[in-house]
Formats: sequence, structure tokens, C-alpha cells
Amino acid sequence: MLILGWLDYMTWINAIVQGLLLGGLYALLAAGLSLVFGVMRIVNLAHGVLAVVAAYMGLVFVQTFDVSPFLAIVVVVPIMGLLGFAVQWGLFTPSLRRGGLSPLLVAFGLAVVLTQVLQEIFTADTRSIQIGSLASSSFEVTPDIFVGIFPLITFVVGVCVIIALQTFLSVTPLGRAMRAASDDPETVTLMGIDNRLVYALATAIAFGTVGLAGIFLGMRTQFSPTFGDAILIFAFEAVIIGGLGSLWGTLLGGLVLGVAQTVGSQINPSYGVLAGHLVFLFVLAVKPSGLIPKAVDR
Amino acid sequence: MNFQSTQIRVRRATTASKIGVVALVPILIFLAVIPYVLGRGTQQTLVALFSFIVLATMWNLLAGYGGMVSIGQQAYIGIGAYGLVYIADTLGLDPLLAVPIAVVIAGLISIPISLLAFRLIGGYFAIGTWVIAEVVKLLVVQFPALGGGSGISFSALSDFSPGRRIAYVYWFALIGMVVAVAVTYLIMRSRLGLGFTAIRDDEVAASSLGVRVVRSKRIVFVVAAMGTALAGTMIAANTLRVQPDSIFSVQYSAFMIFIVIIGGIGTIEGPIVGAIIFFALQQWLSDLGVWYLIILGVTAILITLFLPRGVWGLISANGRIRLFPVGYSLSVTDLAKSLSNKERGINEP
Repeated sequence: MLILGWLDYMTWINAIVQGLLLGGLYALLAAGLSLVFGVMRIVNLAHGVLAVVAAYMGLVFVQTFDVSPFLAIVVVVPIMGLLGFAVQWGLFTPSLRRGGLSPLLVAFGLAVVLTQVLQEIFTADTRSIQIGSLASSSFEVTPDIFVGIFPLITFVVGVCVIIALQTFLSVTPLGRAMRAASDDPETVTLMGIDNRLVYALATAIAFGTVGLAGIFLGMRTQFSPTFGDAILIFAFEAVIIGGLGSLWGTLLGGLVLGVAQTVGSQINPSYGVLAGHLVFLFVLAVKPSGLIPKAVDR
Repeated sequence: MNFQSTQIRVRRATTASKIGVVALVPILIFLAVIPYVLGRGTQQTLVALFSFIVLATMWNLLAGYGGMVSIGQQAYIGIGAYGLVYIADTLGLDPLLAVPIAVVIAGLISIPISLLAFRLIGGYFAIGTWVIAEVVKLLVVQFPALGGGSGISFSALSDFSPGRRIAYVYWFALIGMVVAVAVTYLIMRSRLGLGFTAIRDDEVAASSLGVRVVRSKRIVFVVAAMGTALAGTMIAANTLRVQPDSIFSVQYSAFMIFIVIIGGIGTIEGPIVGAIIFFALQQWLSDLGVWYLIILGVTAILITLFLPRGVWGLISANGRIRLFPVGYSLSVTDLAKSLSNKERGINEP
């Protein structure tokens, strides 16, 4: 890197800046996965495909009513929240009672079923949510670094969602109940709290953030029914790189993953995803508790 | 108390398992002569069934006995398939020698993989293994010798006439399946198997009783990798073509999981029953396109929630009938007699 000229040096800086912006989207995608694991110890393997479900919902809404994609957020997020409540109440909580591998297997089954249903309805073709001129508008930071308006919006939304979730868990009574249910489910019921309700609300919030993430994803890139696999893997990598159970960690993990992918792509376009995986495996090897290990702040 | 007349015995074999062993002989003989009786298409279909039985048996060993849910076993399918093709075609070794070499290579690769994957537990272990499988795929496509992104064909058997080739592959797959199931059965009967069952039920308690948890899990992980690679060699020999996107597809993991859940997790018989059901469904519902996967997924969810022992649990009356007994049972046929003797002993003086 040192022997490269100033201009090349700037392309690396640019890759890092673009990576940070991409990382904001990953953090947004990973927030719900982190929350569901944090509260219920469920690894929602359907997380990725749910983001894609939300993207398709947004697409259908925008195409049907010919309105701004941002208006779709107002509709899709509550629908996803309701879906989250229903899935937790009807599937995940009963599977938790079964114990063992059941929650994981139910979530996996749900992921496969949702993916196939999307295939059936929308075919395997790639789609995207059109955002018009916003997709190409950007501003100049230096002559070599341009920051896209839309990636910046995504980044800001991602950071805001993490901050909002963290604040919600820290200061609100419901957030306290969630943290308590996570620490000791039996004792919480002694305090008059219905675990099932707390769990369902936590998953509703998580699915709401997935809905938001899915629409931003759909506006940013092309997606297809099987795109959920990659989303799940990226969200998972962000959670593990950052450290299990820490939302700040998830934000940091998303940023690290985003930078790893864009810098990898800068080296060779086919190395982007691989570079992300390798950084994940590296963190797993040298610091398995993640960059920000679980502190008191879950 | 009169112990002389009491006949309490600890036994492993049951009536069902004895009948099962007797029934197994004609079934295996029938399967062995199929190339003389049935057509090539049927044989190829059966090879696919055998490979699914091996995949499901290995996934069950991992999850049902070892408590490790992996969705990255396709890594070893790919390693086995690519290994066979590369060793037999490019290096020119005999395919029958290439298979065990590919299987051992998969086992060796799985050891460093386990060092990374074992840092994760539960669901995160599951996704971690998936990431590792993706990495294996992304690395494989970087090698031009392995055909890059378009894959390679398997041509070491092209000297044989198609009929002969298909029959040889069929016998190889049949033997491979029998070996895989037999090895799993022998492992589960051993001291190691008892340890696995303890780990599955309660890892901490097992560890406090002297079970070497991490070592046992690593052994299971490596054996499952080798068995899965064996299935990979069967798939490559059957389809004659290895493509990175299909051989490393996460779909294989979905199939393994559904087969084991539907058949019955944590039993030797379950994956076999599940694979046969899965295969029958696949043949019947193939006209429905993706709907068969939806039906399969919904069935798997319902079985997980309402019938955790699976179809084999139903057939075997919740585990009372065992074709492959791995535990011991107490024979209490004379207990009633001994109890009545005891009562008489008290009453007589």
C-alpha cells in the first residue's frame, strides 16, 4: 500500500468509507437476530429470508399503489411486527417448551418454507425496489471519495435503530422485563410477568427491524427468494464479530464486516464475500467472545 | 427373598432386533442382485437413495447423538466428490482406492474446522458450519485444476460400458451405505456411544461423570465428516459431474435435517425410514415443483412440535421396538413370579 501513489491510497480510503456505509446496513440487518438471541436464546435461522419477505412486501406495495418506497416502511414494519408476534407465540415459544434442538429446527423449517413460498409466488428472478434518482445521487467529500445519499441514509437508520433498541432495553419497563426474562425466565414469572407475552413482543420488535432492514436492502440491491441465505450469514457474522449479546458489538461487527467485504472486493472483485468470511473466522480463532464481549448492557 | 428362582437379566438383543437381523439378510441379498433384475434408471435412483441414507445417518450421528446441529455438512459432500474426481481422474489412481483416500482427506480437513466451529454452540454452531462450507466452496472455485466455477466431470469409469458402470457404482453405493450404518451402530454400542448419549442429554452432567465431552464431540464430528464425504463420492460417481454450486448447496443440509426429523432423531432406524419416506415423497410430488419442499418443511415443523420421535417413534411404539438396539434392557419376565415367591416366603413361617 505504501508504494502505491496518493491516488491509489485514496481508493483504499474510499473502499473503507463505502464499507462503513455497507456495514450500517449489516448492523440494521443483524439487530433483530441479536435481539431474538439476547432475549430468548433462539437463533432465528429464518432471519435472512424474513428480510427478503419484507423486501418483496415493499416491492408489491410500491408497485400496487405507485408510491414512495419510504411510505412502504410505514406499512411493512407493522405487518412484520405482527408476523413476529404470531411466529413467536405459535411456533417458537411452543418449541422452547420442547427444549433441546427444537427451536433451531423449527426456525430452519420456517426458513425453507418461506423461501419456497417466495419462489412459488415471485419466481427465482431478481427484483429490486426502484428509488429513482436517489439511487445515483451522492456528494463529494474529496475528489476521490463520493458518498451516496442513499447508503448514508441507510447507515444513519442502522445506527439509530441500534441506539433506539439499546435505549429501549435499558430504560423502559418492557425492556427491563425482556432483559430479566433473558437472565432468569422462571424468576420473572414470579414477578407477575408473562414470559410468553414478553417473548412475543421482543420477536415482534425484532421482526419490525428486519422489515425495515429488508426494505432498505431491497432499495439498495437486487434480491431473489434465495437471497436470504446470504443475509442470514452476513447478519450472523456481524453478531459474532461484534460479540454475542451486545447491540453495540453488533453495530461494530456490521461495520467490520462491511469494510472487510469492500476492501476484499478492491483487491479482487471475487474476493469480497470471501474476505468477510475470513475476517469472521479470524475473529472466531483469536477472540471468540467478539470485539465487544457481553457486558452489563444487554 | 428367594433369588434363585428370579431370572432378571440385562439384555441388549430384543425379539424385534433378532427378527430384524433375520429379515435384513434377504433384504440385502435382494438389493445386491438388483443390477441383474432392474434397469439402469432404477439403479441410479437407488444410489441417490443410498447416498441420502448415508447423509441422514451421519447428520443424525452429529445432531441426534452428538447434539450438534450442523447446516454445513455440504462442505464434506463437496470434499468427497471433488476428492474422488481429482484423485481418480487427474492423479490416475484406481477409483476404489480414491474413495477411501478422499474420505480420509475429508476427515483430516474436519479436524482444524472443528477447532473453529467448536467455539460456537447451538444455533451459532449451525450457522458457523454453514459459513465454513461457503468458505470451502469459495476456495474450491479458485482452483483451475478443480474446474473453477463450472466444475469437473468424472471420467475414470468411462472405460466401462454404461450398464456395467452403473452396476458397479450401485454395488459400491450399497456397500458404502451398509458400512456407514454399521459403523454408526457399532460406535453407538461402544463406550464412546454411551458417552455421546450422555452428552446429548446433559453436557455438564456427562462431563462431571468423566465423559470427555470435547474429545467425544470431535470424534463424532470427524466420523460424520468422513461418512458425509463417502456420500459425496457416491453422488459424484452417480451423476458423473461435480459443480460447486450444486454440490456445496445448503439444500443438502435441508434434506438431511428433514429426513432425520421426519424419520426420528436419535435412533439408527429413523434416518433410514426418513430417507425412504423423503424419497417416496420426492417421486410422488415431483410434479408439484417447489411445493414438495413446502410440504416437507411444514411436516418437519409439525413433527418437531408434536411428534418429536418422528415416524419411527410411531412405528416402534416410542422406542420399545428396536431393530438396532444400542442400549440395554432389563428382562423382567420372571419378576412377577419372584415377587409372589417373596410373598409366600413371608407368609409361610
